[in-house]
Amino acid sequence: MSRTLSEKVWDAHVVRHADGEPDLLYIDLHLVHEVTSPQAFDGLRLAGRKVRRPDLTIATEDHNVPTLDVDKPIADLTSRTQVETLRKNAAEFGVRIHTLGDPDQGVVHVIGPQLGLTQPGMTVVCGDSHTSTHGAFGAIAFGIGTSEVEHVLATQTLMQARPKTMAVTVDGVLPDGVSAKDLVLSLIAQVGTGGGQGYIVEYRGEAIRALSMEARMTICNMSIEWGAKAGMIAPDETTFAYLKDKPHAPQGVDWEAAVEYWKSLATDDDATFDREVVLRAEDVAPFVTWGTNPGQGVPLSANVPSPDDFDNPNDKIAAERALEYMGLTAGTPLREVKVDTVFLGSCTNGRIEDLRAAAGVLAGRKVAEGTRMLVVPGSGRVLLQAESEGLDQIFKDAGAEWRGAGCSMCLGMNPDQLAPGERSASTSNRNFEGRQGKGGRTHLVSPLVAAATAVTGTLAAPADLEPLDVVVPENV
Amino acid sequence: MDAFTQHIGTAAPLRRSNVDTDQIIPAVYLKRVTRTGFEDGLFAAWRNDPAFVLNQPEYEGVSVLVAGPDFGTGSSREHAVWALMDYGFRVVVSSRFGDIFRGNSGKAGLLAALVEQDVVEKLWATIENDPGTKVTVDLEHKTLSAGDISAPFEIDDYTRYRLLNGLDDVGITLSHEADITAYEATRPAFKPATLPAKA
Repeated sequence: MSRTLSEKVWDAHVVRHADGEPDLLYIDLHLVHEVTSPQAFDGLRLAGRKVRRPDLTIATEDHNVPTLDVDKPIADLTSRTQVETLRKNAAEFGVRIHTLGDPDQGVVHVIGPQLGLTQPGMTVVCGDSHTSTHGAFGAIAFGIGTSEVEHVLATQTLMQARPKTMAVTVDGVLPDGVSAKDLVLSLIAQVGTGGGQGYIVEYRGEAIRALSMEARMTICNMSIEWGAKAGMIAPDETTFAYLKDKPHAPQGVDWEAAVEYWKSLATDDDATFDREVVLRAEDVAPFVTWGTNPGQGVPLSANVPSPDDFDNPNDKIAAERALEYMGLTAGTPLREVKVDTVFLGSCTNGRIEDLRAAAGVLAGRKVAEGTRMLVVPGSGRVLLQAESEGLDQIFKDAGAEWRGAGCSMCLGMNPDQLAPGERSASTSNRNFEGRQGKGGRTHLVSPLVAAATAVTGTLAAPADLEPLDVVVPENV
Repeated sequence: MDAFTQHIGTAAPLRRSNVDTDQIIPAVYLKRVTRTGFEDGLFAAWRNDPAFVLNQPEYEGVSVLVAGPDFGTGSSREHAVWALMDYGFRVVVSSRFGDIFRGNSGKAGLLAALVEQDVVEKLWATIENDPGTKVTVDLEHKTLSAGDISAPFEIDDYTRYRLLNGLDDVGITLSHEADITAYEATRPAFKPATLPAKA
């Protein structure tokens, strides 16, 4: 029978199927971090259980760590306790951990791919909703709560009802200056934050095939922001080239066997999806959110919408509330919205290509007076790579802050937070009320828009900037 | 987990849609390493507002939350469920839940009752008219009633079965351990392992 990519991967992981029950799915890789795991390890201890497969488990610290002074003890005592608890649990249960200062410490969804641990055809879970990132490799990857973290630690499986299937096909070619982030924000604005609920989504079509692995990760990362269970992209030569020679990629005959299997995962030509959405890449423009959920977005060239633009009464009320919270007036051109802080980083846009894109805009330019910019590499390895390319110097010369690796300002948990009323342009994934700090106001943007916004101090795209006379270094 | 068969309690109307888990409990409250003690973080940003529904004396002691659509979207933090339960909620009613939140609720023993939006609207009207109205949530029959409202709610059969019997998932799965071991024997050699670490 013909099957889709997600059905093939799902079927290959069913340990036990019984009618009327969820499938028992085997988990190939479990990523663990400090915030959603302590209670799960406690549960194991209480029940006298072990981690069944420490060799399929890896931990790092990312959400609750500072990005400055990382060689010193964490100043906040509750945060320090949480991070130390993970270290103790990893030691007690035999789980590999990458701690602050290690090149493989960083945002959990950046380190899985950089180590080559995320591969096509796998099941990947983590106590974090942006686990969907790993779907870029053709893996089924999704976020779980702490009870499920405990379940995976104890059994290496999860009980899961089989989701429906959806195809998002993006035909055509993305215009210059338009990135994966703009594409996915534009998609979410069309389908709404609940549009993907109950589905595993496969992103396909010419524009998706043309994306780099890192751009594919950006797309899959945001799947949860429109409610999808997971997002996937079929593995192809781009995937194989990315994986080849990564530390944990298969070697020798294993590589040959793996690639042969990975090639078999593509959706069969005559397979059908439960739902299909089609977008034209040519219609996508630099995109920015104006509200307090990721579906409240418009092209950068647009004006702040009015609640009257919405027919659905719930959307109308939500827009009113959002405008009030965001301190915006309907009809204001978004390009006139002044930004206090620019955040470049996160599991959505904290990889080396994101830093290169932003550095390309900032080279020879300065961050606007009255605006600050934080640049936070997704991992220690991304940081080292950026420094070897001189990107850190470009950011510093522009007046941006060059930080250590972590989730940083994506969520208001560690020291990197917005002050009440402060407005950000952020390459992260959520513009919820208070997400980046109590009272903070977030506009979600791409790395290119983030960099241009830092230069002008108002929401902007690189095309809005005065051309430079200086020669940009070749490596950016 | 305690078995859940029926719950009777008063309810609070939360007239907001897209209440994401960052609203239910902001990240700064997720630093504890325990499973309880999260009630101070529940709706933390809104609790400072005297007009917020849970600050109204007539909604003191509520155990049922009737929320707008897309409740519990966003982050996977199970702390959102724990915070609601620590505050005293046993049931959340909405016309659409975030998937992960709904799953977490079932694991932790909070009933996420899915209803049509018009049932939410009727419940809001009834509760606001008389905040003392008792809401009866019957998991056995998948119905809820309040005043003259009686409506079915949806919950997946397996979660319902587990809640009714107060069953621990890990225990159930470990009863199938032979299946897990048999599956493991079939995994291809090229699948990656985290140990030993390779740089």
